[in-house]
Amino acid sequence: MTDAATPMPGATPGKRSSGSLLELDARTRKRNAAEARFKIYGIIAIGIGLLFLVALLFAIVRNGTPAFTQTFISIPVELDEAKLDKTGNRDREEMAKVTTFGYAPLVDTALAKALADKGIENPFEKEKDLRKLVSDSAASQIRDVVLADPALVGQTVEFRLLAASRVDGYMKDRVTRESLARDKNLDAAHLDLVDAMADKGLLAKSFNWDFVFGADASEKRPEQAGIGVAMMGSFFMMLVVLFLALPIGVAASIYLEEFAPKSRWTDLIEVNISNLAAVPSIVFGILGLAVFIQFAELPQSAPIVGGLVLTLMTLPTIIISTRASLKAVPPSIRDAALGVGASKMQSVFHHVLPLAMPGILTGTIIGLAQALGETAPLLLIGMVGFIASNYPDGFTDGFLSPNSAMPAQIYEWAKRADPAYYERAWGGIIILLLFLMTMNIIAIILRRKFERRW
Amino acid sequence: MHSMKLTASALAIAALSAGAAAARDQVQVAGSSTVLPYASIVAEAFGENFDFPTPVVESGGSSAGLKRFCEGVGENTIDIANASRAIKESEVKACADAGVTDIIEVRIGYDGIVFASQLNGPAYDAFEPADIFNALGAKVLVDGKLVDNTYTQWSEFNANLPAEDILAFIPGTKHGTREVFEEKVIVAGCEATGAFEAYMAENGGDKKAAASACMELRTDAKSVDIDGDYTETLARIDANANGIGVFGLAFYENNTDKLKVATISGVEATTETIASGDYPVSRPLYFYVKKAHIGVIPGLKEYAEFFVSDDMAGPDGPLSEYGLVSDPELADTQSMVSDEQTMGQSM
Repeated sequence: MTDAATPMPGATPGKRSSGSLLELDARTRKRNAAEARFKIYGIIAIGIGLLFLVALLFAIVRNGTPAFTQTFISIPVELDEAKLDKTGNRDREEMAKVTTFGYAPLVDTALAKALADKGIENPFEKEKDLRKLVSDSAASQIRDVVLADPALVGQTVEFRLLAASRVDGYMKDRVTRESLARDKNLDAAHLDLVDAMADKGLLAKSFNWDFVFGADASEKRPEQAGIGVAMMGSFFMMLVVLFLALPIGVAASIYLEEFAPKSRWTDLIEVNISNLAAVPSIVFGILGLAVFIQFAELPQSAPIVGGLVLTLMTLPTIIISTRASLKAVPPSIRDAALGVGASKMQSVFHHVLPLAMPGILTGTIIGLAQALGETAPLLLIGMVGFIASNYPDGFTDGFLSPNSAMPAQIYEWAKRADPAYYERAWGGIIILLLFLMTMNIIAIILRRKFERRW
Repeated sequence: MHSMKLTASALAIAALSAGAAAARDQVQVAGSSTVLPYASIVAEAFGENFDFPTPVVESGGSSAGLKRFCEGVGENTIDIANASRAIKESEVKACADAGVTDIIEVRIGYDGIVFASQLNGPAYDAFEPADIFNALGAKVLVDGKLVDNTYTQWSEFNANLPAEDILAFIPGTKHGTREVFEEKVIVAGCEATGAFEAYMAENGGDKKAAASACMELRTDAKSVDIDGDYTETLARIDANANGIGVFGLAFYENNTDKLKVATISGVEATTETIASGDYPVSRPLYFYVKKAHIGVIPGLKEYAEFFVSDDMAGPDGPLSEYGLVSDPELADTQSMVSDEQTMGQSM
């Protein structure tokens, strides 16, 4: 090379720099400074990322924790025979004709009586005005108890009723006297009553299991809404995804990785699998609507359809991660198996697959976690709205009867008018995050515990 | 092998689902997000009081709901479409083409549309439709001539309004509310300012062309289309003190701690003024029932009857407590539903 003859600037041959090795020259200092700067950039980048994470978690925890407590009013309710069972023969069929509208006055009377018993002054002339303190669900709660055990009619039974969402908001400092000035749902006079009732122990906040296990509620009673049914919807969808995506994905990857001849076709398939992984999830939703609901005539809003759509979405993720972990098994294992006389299939199923299993499981769990948090495809197959209102009766029903999913339920709550739903949307996010974190931690543990390196 | 067993069981589940899909026992409803809260309140009470399962109510918008409604007859299609506007001729035709010929139209009541702003924001207390048109129209009438809208502050065309920069968050075109907004506010304002006449003259007396010219809104970011829900409009108002937003009355009534509402043409939006028709910006809400499904889907007729019963939709019922303006002619609607009168049949 003729270039070698040209003297390099600053490093003239024969005339070496006379400075000491211990003393840095200008160029070395410059390079070191560049390295130090780069390190600082890196730390700043991580710092910004952490800052966002902390801000996000702080916001979620701060906004979401109130959803886990709820205000309850404990009062004895007299189950008036004249109102609930006019004929007096305790016939369930006949008593079912009294609707929740017939039960509502019982709550008013019970509240007025409880206030009088505790010596709290009632500022309202009409008993009906007291109803604003209690959730609309109270009447149906009492009706359910009475219809389950008609013998209770005529007795006085202690009930723990949900307080109305505005009362609950006041106990959580979300609602103030000023903010009620123009609100027709509650008056400031009610709040005085609430203070007095809390004093006398009629009204208290406690942990709200119904939020975790309950069903969705209509816009008039956000205090009753829970994420439990939507959780079941998510569970059944994940079952579908697990039992379809895992075997299909693993079979496809084993064939592609171990058996398929390298040809134009397999190349094409590989490229398309990678492309599928990058397709926006909403596209799978449209596909699901067209193929599963309109063509295959599967029921609308059903977790089975949601599961099938999410399976399509998760498949590429599982195939890619499975192939990567199959590739990571060294060829010497296969050679040794073949060398002692195993067939190709024996070498794969007896030796390669068990060694690749931790990687496959990790990929599957991460794919499931991704599917669990997905909302967009569910919008199009009718899983958003007032849907998660009944627990499925049994296993098949869980797949077929209309249900929502956790992220879809959160999205729905965030849209609703009552501010109490906002709090529940954040609370739902906490539960969803707990699930996702658990799944990711399981994936990490599996990888740590079983992964082998060569 | 192991994975084969899994595949087999998965296929079994899929086969099972296809078989069991034939029996649907709950009413399925979809459509307008404005009607959704009312429909969900009714569905919940229906599930509690009857021996039928709670109906399923999906949102998605009036047009989307009616489109699904018109897909055909059968258990795989929805039974009821909620709509914040009357069904269009073209939709009735699309329905008929797909075999959905007998449709029962049920008017459940009225909904008011209000202009609201930040509670402690500028004094947007009273608007005329003309003000809104002057603020948002693509062209406005100045000295008898149509010119491009260059107003930047409310006070420039109405000295009674605050000297604040114009900023309005209006429903996007996919919302049923947009139609009412255009018809009852923008076109009304267009007529009031005289711009309608000018457009008529421009278009050779064509009323339709003039009206659609009126509905052209300015595109310089003073008028912002909100395609999401009212919660998004609320978030925008929260962030912009000088903004006004278009809301449904029920949404406003649940957020009175953050919003204040302006009068339109001097009338305050209350259930009374809307029921009497004094408040100009209101619209009827509907749901449409597929008659062919009555008797096939259990509880469908009972749900429709329960929806319009006095207990639910009456002036003291839970729907009006939530913000629905009760229909003064509810009794007629009730008898229409119990007689299963379809559209086009004489009343």
